[in-house]
Parts: sequence; structure tokens; C-alpha cells
Amino acid sequence: MQRHFDEELQQLKSDIMKMASLTRQALMNSVEALKSRDPAAAKRVIDGDTELDALELEIDEKCINLIALHQPMAGDLRFITTGMKLNTELERIGDLAVDVAQRAIDISGKPLLKPLVDIPRLAIMAGRMTGEAIEAFIKSDAGLARKVVLSDPEADYIKRAVEKELIYDYMMKDGSTSDRAVPLLLAARHLERICDHAVSMAEDIIYMVEARVVRHHPEALG
Amino acid sequence: MHSALHERGTANFLLNGGGLKPGHALFGEAETSGIEPKISARGVNFYYGSKRALKDINMDFSPRLVTAIIGPSGCGKSTFIRLLNRMNELVPGTRLEGEILLDGLDIVAPVCDAAELRKRVGMVFQKPNPFPKSILENVAYGLEINGSLDRRAIEEKVEDSLKKAALWDEVKDRLRESALGLSGGQQQRLCIARCLAVEPEVILFDEPCASLDPISTAKIEELILKLKKTYTIVIVTHNMQQAARVSDRTAFFLMGELIEYGATGMIFKAPRDRRTEDYITGRFG
Amino acid sequence: MTKRDIIQKTGFTLLAMCMAANIVFLGMIVFFIASRGLPAISWEFLTQAPRNAMTQGGVAPAIVGTLYLTLGAVLVALPLGVACAIYLTEYSPKGWIVNLIRISVNNLAGVPSVVFGLFGLAIFVKKAGFGVSMLSGSLTLGILALPVIISASQEALIAVPQSIREASLALGATRWETIRRVVLPAALPGILTGVILSVGRVAGETAPILFTAAAFYVKGYPKSVLSEVMALPYHIYALMTEGTHPEIQTQIAYGSSLILLALVLSVSMLAIYIRQRYRRGYNA
Repeated sequence: MQRHFDEELQQLKSDIMKMASLTRQALMNSVEALKSRDPAAAKRVIDGDTELDALELEIDEKCINLIALHQPMAGDLRFITTGMKLNTELERIGDLAVDVAQRAIDISGKPLLKPLVDIPRLAIMAGRMTGEAIEAFIKSDAGLARKVVLSDPEADYIKRAVEKELIYDYMMKDGSTSDRAVPLLLAARHLERICDHAVSMAEDIIYMVEARVVRHHPEALG
Repeated sequence: MHSALHERGTANFLLNGGGLKPGHALFGEAETSGIEPKISARGVNFYYGSKRALKDINMDFSPRLVTAIIGPSGCGKSTFIRLLNRMNELVPGTRLEGEILLDGLDIVAPVCDAAELRKRVGMVFQKPNPFPKSILENVAYGLEINGSLDRRAIEEKVEDSLKKAALWDEVKDRLRESALGLSGGQQQRLCIARCLAVEPEVILFDEPCASLDPISTAKIEELILKLKKTYTIVIVTHNMQQAARVSDRTAFFLMGELIEYGATGMIFKAPRDRRTEDYITGRFG
Repeated sequence: MTKRDIIQKTGFTLLAMCMAANIVFLGMIVFFIASRGLPAISWEFLTQAPRNAMTQGGVAPAIVGTLYLTLGAVLVALPLGVACAIYLTEYSPKGWIVNLIRISVNNLAGVPSVVFGLFGLAIFVKKAGFGVSMLSGSLTLGILALPVIISASQEALIAVPQSIREASLALGATRWETIRRVVLPAALPGILTGVILSVGRVAGETAPILFTAAAFYVKGYPKSVLSEVMALPYHIYALMTEGTHPEIQTQIAYGSSLILLALVLSVSMLAIYIRQRYRRGYNA
């Protein structure tokens, strides 16, 4: 039996997809601004965050309405609560993209320290993990979600490589490079945090599909 | 949305409340392993004439817990609960196969006296059915049948039962008035008090709130939650939210079969059977 | 006015006319009897035995006789009838036996009262050896009243909701305890109505007591159950057919009729009143 409620659940899915696409866009744009050290581009990302915040509130309210009015159970309940969590995670990712844009402003107007290689790699990873998490949500694919969770160590690795390079190869050798190295260091950390958020989303999705809690229980990943 | 719960050891899954380590009662379900069941149904088949209304029911009811039975109309839940105190015998032309054990003894066996059984297993019906007598006489009825107590003791017991049923304050000044003058919700609580006076061990509720308004329903649900400390309770309801609010374990019946039975939290958050999920989320029924 | 309105009005008018006819007939009967019988009524009439070849005195023994016979009939029919009704509604398995009994009871109700009288004569008066007596009369009238009581009791018992019986059984009562403590008390008003209706019927019957109990003149009041009694219906019959002084005795007959009528009418009123209260009280 097709329920009116199913339409509303579909609507929630597309809202989350829209939120995810805006977030990923912000992420990509912020890294572009970092690479090109373009303050105007960075500013556009920062301004764009308002739209993300508004969308988060809207989705949040819709979810609460669905719970209040429909008393969802079982699969529907897990879907809606997961949707709410993803909503929050995506908004945080958006905030982190803003942070990266800030770092772009920090190094704008200064000479390039070094060509950026690992940081864009990390950014691409972050974007991919986020995208795969959302896809896992839309398709209720626990396998894909697991893949995201298992990518986390690689993100950590890249971040540490960037840190090591910036600290040992630049800052410790020449203290004056700090004003250009530190923002890059921070940007790497922001990006790695985005990956963490993607992993968190994936864990939520595994619960939604399998009713199995894997957060804080890595052995349950199977 | 397909639930991939069948992989990776679902038995382990159920026992441990959802894929957690043993001991992690994330959802606070009652621990039931290792306790002797109060009531057990074994291989129960029930026939109306030649039509089989219940098919191979096997289930245990743990003591001092509330077990809810849900399912669409005609699924056999009312038929089943009436077996537990042999009220099915009021209908001619029916046949019961299998065993129903109360504390390990088969209640279906002819040697078990139905009237004595019903003093241990009480029932509250869908529509309140107080006798056309006074409030006092209603609650005292069960005591008078047993014939053992004197006037004073009976009145004390009546007061005690009315208090347990959360009705005393409302009727203490009109015990000798007709029970039919009470409101629907009050009448139902009176029926509960009447049942409690007999001091049963098990109380069966057959859709007790079906004809009541929301406030009376809430009062009776509160009452059930209090009563479960002392009595074993089985409640049949077509209101899933009620089952979710009130019960520790829930059983889902469909077309005379027991489809799924487990901790209420799990049934309503993550049922294992597709049919249970569909029923609970309103896709049929 | 539309065609439907006309039809409706016509229908109602016809119904009203029928009802009016009913009332008119009843009124006519009452008026007829009362106008001819009232002059005979006096305190003496009601309390004294007849004297002087039934031309003077009163009809007190007949009144008393009628009361005794009626009471006797109820004593016979009530336990038997209620027990039968209980068996039919509460215990008997559904099936051809029950239907057979029900048909028998209905047929019993249709037996002409004179046939009852002959039956009573043969069985109670002759065979059992009770002779013409209050006992024979009461037994015969009791059988007459039986179908009425059985029907009314059955109806009253069936009217008790099944949910009440279930409630009692679910508390651990046996079937008999349920009947005794819950069903019968609840059905009592209905049963009572049946009893009272049967009283109304029995009090006025002439044929059954013709051969079994009644005598035209009995000195004093009945001494035992085996004595003959005077009774109002028989008294009226006898006065009109065998009376020696028609002018006065006709009036006495009308007076007796009036008393009998008053008795039966007031009993009916009582039954209706109780039934009203029963309906209201149960549905509170």
C-alpha cells in the first residue's frame, strides 16, 4: 500500500541530497580558493554558508514534524533519525569548508610556499567519502557505507604526511615560513575533520540499514 | 527499504539486543533468559469447526512482564488470549490441540478445573461489563463466590482493590450506588478492581481501551505499568502505539500464525520479518 | 401538498383511527360493566359472604377463592416455568431437542382452556384423587400459566447480555453460580412481568376451574387445599345461567365482573409499570 507518508520520506531524501550537493560544492570551491589563493572566491564560499545553515534548519524542522505527526516506527523511524543526523553532519562539513576558505584568505597576498599536492588529494578524498556516504543513504547500501568507514585510516595518513612535511621540511628549518605554513597545516586538519564527519555519517547509515551499532564498536563492522 | 538483518548471526543479534556486546542493553529491554515462563503455549492449533484459526503457536510468557499481542483484525490474537483462561469453551464447535502450561501444568487437560483456573488467570474485556449491581457488590463478587471472608474483611479487600485500580478516590463515597452510573473509563477500572480482588497471578487484557477516550486510556495504561510489578500481564491491542508504550515484549500475529516475537524495543525499531515491518509501518492492516 | 404527503397523512390517520377504536372498545366495555355493576358495589359486597340464595350479602368468598387459586397457580407455574426457561437458555445444547421443547411450549399456549379443564378433571380430580378442590384447580391453572411464564422468563434471560455472563465466568464462577448470582437477578424484573401477566390471565379463566375447583356456593372460606372454592369468573357464569332471581343476581354478576375487571386491569397496569422501570433501570 503506497502511503502519503512515503512521499514525504522521498522529499526528505531529496532535501538531504540537495544539502549534500551544496556542501560538496562549498568544499570544492574552498580548496580551489586555497590553491589559487583567491580571496574573492573564498568570500563567496563563506557567504554561501548562510544558505546551508538555512537549509539545515528547514530539514531539521521537517524531520521533527514527521515524527510528531506520523509516529514512525521501525525502518521509517531509523530513516528519519538518520536523516536528522546526516543533516547536522553536513552542516558541520559546510562550516569546515568555510574554515578552509578562511585559510585561503590567510595566505592570500603572500607568495606561494609550495605547490599544493597532498592537500587537494585530501580534499578529493573528503569529497568522495561524503558523496559515497550520501549515496549509501539514498540507496540504503550498508556495503558502501562500510567502505567509507574503512577509508578513514587513509585520510589520517595523508593528513599526517602533510603535517610532517610542513613542520619538518618548512617550519623547523625556517621559522619565518610559519605564517604561510600554519594556515596550510590547519587546512589539512579541517579536511581530515571532514573525512571524520563522513565516517560518522556512514556509521549512522549502517545502523539505519542493519540496526547494528558500529560506532565505538569497530569489531561489529564484521 | 530492505533490511539486511539476516546476515551475520541474527540469533546473536536478538539475544544481545542488536549487535552489541552482551551486557550492552542500549535499549533497556528486560532480561528474560533463565527465568521459568509463567505461561507456555506448545504446538497450539485451534479450530472453529473445520477452519483452523490458530496454527502451531509456540510462545512463552515471562512472569511479571507485560506481553502485547498485535496484528490486523482476524489474525487470531483475541482467539489466542481466550485460550489462556479457557474462555474459548463458551463457544461450541471448537477444538484445541496442543498444550498450554501455567507454571508447568497443562490447563487444557480435563483434570484442570476451568473455574479454578480463572481465579488464577483473570480477564478484562474490550467493552466494560460491570454487573448491574452496586460498585461494592461488583468488586466483592469474586470474594463472595469463594465464600470465605466475613463482611468486614470483604469491605477491606474491596477498598484495597479499588485503590490498586486507581478508582477508590472517585467512588469511595458511593460504593452502594449502581456501577452502571459510572463513566466508561471508570467502569473499566471497576472491572479491573473486580478482577484484582480475586488475587489472580495473571491478568489478560483483551483490547481494554478500545471503547475508551484518550484520557481514560492513558489512566489504564498507567495502571498496567504499575500492575506489572505484581502480576503477569498479557494485552491484546490493535493500537500499536499502545503496545509500544506499555509492553516489554511484543508478539505479531498474522492469519493465525505467530510471525515474530521479541523485545518491544526491537520489534518497533528493527523488526526482523518483512511482514512485521510492513504492519508496523502501516503498509497494510 | 405532494402525493407523498397525502399518503403519509392518510396512513397516520388510519393508524390513529385504529388506536381510537381500541380505546373506544375498551372504554365501552368498562363503561358497560361499570354502569351496570357499580350500583352493586359496596363495602358489604366486598367483604360479606352471599346470603339468601345469592340475592344479598357479597361476593367475598369468591374474591378470596380467586386469589387463592391464582396464588396456587403461580406457586405451581413459577418454579417450574423459570427452571424450564433456565434450562432452555442456559444449559441446553443448541439442537433439535431445544426446538422440540420450544414448539411444545408454544403449542401448550394454544390449547383451549376448556381442554385444560377436562385434562385437570381427568388427571387431578379423578386419577390423582384430589377431587374438585383448590389443589386441582391450582394445578390446572398452573399448567395454563406455564407457557406464559416460560416465554417471559426466556425472553428476560436472553435479554441479559452475554458480556455479563462472561464477566462472571472469567472471575472463576461456575455456570450455576453465574445464573444464580448474576443472570437471574438481572432477569428478575422480566420474569416478574411474566408472572404478573400470567396472573392476569389465570384470574379470569372460567373453563379450567369449571370441573376442577369451583362450586357455586361454599359455606364459609376454604378450609384446606382439598376443599372446593368459589371463584369470581365461575360466580358470574353461574349467576347468569343458574340464578334463581335474575333481576338482582344480574346486577350482582355485573358487580363481580367489575371487580374481576378491576383486578385484571390493575394487574396489567402493574406489569407495565414494572417493565418500564426495568427498562430504565437496566440501561442507566
